Amino acid sequence: MKELNVVVVGNGMVGHHFVDQLVLSSIPSIITVIGAETRPAYDRVHLSEVFAGKEPKDLALSTREYYEEKGVRAIFGDAVVDIDRANKCVATQSGRTFSYDKLVLATGSYPFVPPIKGSERKQCLTYRTIDDLGEIKSHAKHSKKGVVVGGGLLGLECANALQNLGLETHVVEFAPGLMGVQLDEGGSQMLRRKIEALGVTVHTQKATTLIDDQSDETALRMHFADDTHLDTDMIVFSAGIRPYDQLARKADLEVGERGGIVIDYHCRTSDSDIFAIGECALYGNMIYGLVAPGYRMAEVAVQQFSDLEEKPSFKGADMSTKLKLLGVDVGSIGDAHGRTAGAITYVFSDEKAETYKRIIVSEDGKRLLGAVLVGDCSDYDTLLQYFLNEIELPASPESMILPNVDGGAPALGAAALPMTATICSCHNVSKGDIFAAIDGGCCSVGDVKGETKAATGCGGCAALLKNVVDDEMEARGLTVDKSICEHFPYTREELYHLVRVGGIRSFDALISEHGKGLGCDICKPTAASIFASAWNDYILESSHVGLQDTNDTFLANMQKDGTYSVVPRIAGGEIKPEQLIAIGQVAQKYKLYTKITGGQRVDLFGARLNQLPDIWKELIDAGLETGHAYGKSVRTVKSCVGSTWCRYGVQDSVGTAIDIENRYKGLRSPHKLKFAVSGCTRECAEAQSKDVGVIATENGWNLYVCGNGGMKPRHADLFATDLDTETLIKYIDRFLMFYIKTADRLQRTSVWMDNLEGGLDYLKEVIIEDSLGIAEELENQMSQTVSTYQCEWKTTISNEEKLKRFRQFVNSKEEDNNVIFVEDRGQIRPASEDEKTKLIAKSA
Amino acid sequence: MSMEKIVCDKADLIENSGVCALVQDEQIAIFYLPGTGNEVFAISNWDPIGQANVLSRGIVGDLQGEIVVASPLYKQHFSLTTGKCLEDESASVKIYPVSLINDKVVIQ
Repeated sequence: MKELNVVVVGNGMVGHHFVDQLVLSSIPSIITVIGAETRPAYDRVHLSEVFAGKEPKDLALSTREYYEEKGVRAIFGDAVVDIDRANKCVATQSGRTFSYDKLVLATGSYPFVPPIKGSERKQCLTYRTIDDLGEIKSHAKHSKKGVVVGGGLLGLECANALQNLGLETHVVEFAPGLMGVQLDEGGSQMLRRKIEALGVTVHTQKATTLIDDQSDETALRMHFADDTHLDTDMIVFSAGIRPYDQLARKADLEVGERGGIVIDYHCRTSDSDIFAIGECALYGNMIYGLVAPGYRMAEVAVQQFSDLEEKPSFKGADMSTKLKLLGVDVGSIGDAHGRTAGAITYVFSDEKAETYKRIIVSEDGKRLLGAVLVGDCSDYDTLLQYFLNEIELPASPESMILPNVDGGAPALGAAALPMTATICSCHNVSKGDIFAAIDGGCCSVGDVKGETKAATGCGGCAALLKNVVDDEMEARGLTVDKSICEHFPYTREELYHLVRVGGIRSFDALISEHGKGLGCDICKPTAASIFASAWNDYILESSHVGLQDTNDTFLANMQKDGTYSVVPRIAGGEIKPEQLIAIGQVAQKYKLYTKITGGQRVDLFGARLNQLPDIWKELIDAGLETGHAYGKSVRTVKSCVGSTWCRYGVQDSVGTAIDIENRYKGLRSPHKLKFAVSGCTRECAEAQSKDVGVIATENGWNLYVCGNGGMKPRHADLFATDLDTETLIKYIDRFLMFYIKTADRLQRTSVWMDNLEGGLDYLKEVIIEDSLGIAEELENQMSQTVSTYQCEWKTTISNEEKLKRFRQFVNSKEEDNNVIFVEDRGQIRPASEDEKTKLIAKSA
Repeated sequence: MSMEKIVCDKADLIENSGVCALVQDEQIAIFYLPGTGNEVFAISNWDPIGQANVLSRGIVGDLQGEIVVASPLYKQHFSLTTGKCLEDESASVKIYPVSLINDKVVIQ
C-alpha cells in the first residue's frame, strides 16, 4: 500500500486520539496535524481540576516530543482557514498550505454565548480551554462574586471552579431546571437542593436581556426578562456548545440546519476524501458532546484507510453519564425523561438522605429504558448493564431502586452479562476483553486493570470489574489461594490482624498457634516485618534474628559478591560538611566504593561482613545513624532546597522533609516507602513519583499518594490540597498505618490502592472522612512506633553478643578469599570471574 | 576430610539460623535448628548459582517437609540434608556429616 497523506485539522482530545490510533495501526501514512491552540492536545474533561491543584501540564494528552518521535508533523498555534477541495490542499492563517490525500476535520466546538447586549464586556468570559481558565483565574483575583450562565453539565463544573476560587457563586439558567438534558424534574430539583446547600445560589427561568455596569458595588449588573436583576463582578458563559463548522461551510460541505458537519456511518462528509469526527460532526442529526463517542468516531475513521474488507462503522453512542458535580453524584441513563410511548415510571425519593432515584421501564415491564439518579449513584453500574444489554428486569422492577431494607434486590450477577457488555466505557473494555485478559494469565483485579486499563479512567466501574473478575476466577476454579505460603493459610493482612489481636510477639508462638512446619523465607521475613510494624522491638532480638533477610540480619545491603553496602541516613538530603567529611574518611579508610544515590544520600560499597561494626562505630561517632536502606521500610524523603534559598519556593520543603523523615524513619512496612517534598509547583523533588509526595502551595501543602518509579512507573494521585502541616502529618500517619495493616507482602502502595475496592475515593473516605472510624487508632499506633524508634546500629555496636554475628568465620580470623576487588576509575569494584582466575594464577 | 574435627562451640551457633566456619580452607555453613531430627546441619557456604560464599547467611525453613536454606542472593532453596537445589536440578552443594557432641560442633 502506498503511503497515505493524511492531514488532521484540530488537535483536541478527539483529533489527538485519531492521530494516536493511526500511528498505532499498520496503515502506512504521513500524518500532519494542525491545531489552532498553542499547546498540544489536553484533557478537557478534567479542566476544572486545574482549580483544585492540578497543573495544566497534568492534563496534557500529548507532547511535541511524542509527535516528533512518531514522525507526525505537528503544527500548533496556526488555524486552517481554507480547504481547496479541487486541489486537495488546506491553507492556514499564516499562509502555509498542506496537500492531502485524506482530510480529517476534528475542529471541535466552541462555547455558545447568547446574543445579549453587554456580553462583550471584559468581565464576561467563557469556559472551554486552558487559556480560558487563565482568564477566569486572573479575573477571580479581583472579584468577590461570580455568575455562571448555564445550568447544564459544563455550567455546574464551572460553578465548582468558581467556588474553588473562593467566589460567592451563582448559577443562572434559562430553563426551569438544572441539567435539563440529563435529568427529569424531580432529579433536577433534588440536585438544586443539594448544591444550594453547598453555597451555590441557583436562579432558574431567568432570561438575561442586558449586562451593564449600573451596580454601585460590583462591576456588572445582569438584567432579566422578568425585570429582576443580579449584581456580579464577573460572568462565565457556559450555555452549551456549538460545532466549529465554519471551515466546512466555506468549503461547501453539507452541514446541518442547526450546525454540524454531516457525516455518514463511516464518518465521511459529503466529500468522500474528507472526514469529520468529534463535536464538529453531525451524525443522524445529532451532535455527540461527550468524549467517548468522539473516540469511537476517531477509531472508525482510522479504519476507513485500512485494507479491511468490511470497514467498521459508527452507529451512534449511548449518552448515559455518571459524574460528580460539586461533590454531588449524578447519573443519567437512556430515556431519562420517560418519553417512550407507554413507558412506566418508578420513583424513590428520600428527602432526609437527599437522594432521588427514578427508573423508566417498558410497557411490558421487562426492559429498562432509562434512569435518573441524584445523590446516590451506587445503582448506576447495575442499571446501565440492564439498559445496555437489554437484560430482563425482575418481576417487580421497583426493587432495583428501593433501599435495601430486607436484603433487597440482588446485585446483578456478573455471569448474567453478555460477553459484549461494556464494563469500562472510558477505555471501551468489554466483559470479553476481561475474559481474554484472564485467559492471558491475569489472576487479580490489579492484573486485569494493568492489562486492559479497565477502571483506570473515571474509576466508576471498579466494583463491577471486581465482580466480573472474581466471578470468572471462581467459575474457572482459579480461586486464587491467597495463603502467604505453605506454612500459613492466611494473607499478610490476616496475619497482621492475628499478631495484633493475639498480642503475638514471636514467630514460634505465631506458627504454633496459626501455622505448621518450620516456616520459610517467605513467611519468616513477613512475620518479622509485621512484628516490627506492630511492636517495633529490636529486630536482632534472639527470637527475631533467624527471621530476617540477610540485609536486615546484618543491617546492610548484600551485593553480588557477598559484601555489603552501607548507607547512613541523611534526612531530607541535608548534611553538614563535617558529616560529609566523616563519611568520606570512613570510605577512604575502609577503601569503599562511593556513590551518590537517587534518594540524596551516599552509598558505600564493598564492606566485608566483619568490617561493618567498625565502620558503623565511626559513622555513629560522627553523629550519623542508620539509613535503613536494607529494610522494607521508610527509605528517604527527597527534597528540593525550598523557600529558604530558592527564588521560587513558597514553603520550607527541606525543613518539612527532615521532620517527615525523622518521624517515620525505621518504620517497617510491606515494601519500601519513598517520600519527597517539593517547595513549589515546579516540583524539583519529583514528589509525584513517590509513595508519599508533598508539594508546597501558597496556602500549605498538596498531598500526593501511591506513586512509584521502578519497572512500572506510576504517577501519584492528588489526595488532598492546601493542608496545614499538622493535618498533612495526620493524613500521612493514617495513610501509612492503613497501608501497613492491609497491604500484601511486597505490595507497593500503588498496587495496593489499585486492589482496594473503590480505589482512591475509598482511600480518601477512610483517611480524610474516617469512614471506618479507625483514624484515631491508626494515629495512636503510629505515635507508638515513632516513640519507640531506635538506631539499630547504635543498639548493635554496644552489644558484644550481637557483634559475634558479624564474624566471617566462627573459628578463624581469615577473610573470604573469594572477595577480590580490582580498580576502575580510581575506585574498587568486584573482580569478574576472568579477572579472579588471572589474579589467582599470578599470585600462585 | 577424613577425620573428626571440632570446629566450634555450640554457643557459637545461632538458633534457627546459620554461621560459617573455615575448615582446611573450605567454608562450611552450619545451621542450628533445635527440635528437628539432627539439630545441626552443615553444607558448603558456596552458592553455585550466585557464585559467592553466602549460604550461611540465608533463611532456613522447610518446604514440603524438606529442610532447606534459601540463598540470600537469588533465593533458590538448597536442601540441608541432600545439598540439592530445589529449583535447579543441575545445581547442588556439598554436605558434611555433622553432630553435636558435649556442646561441641563436630564435623566428621
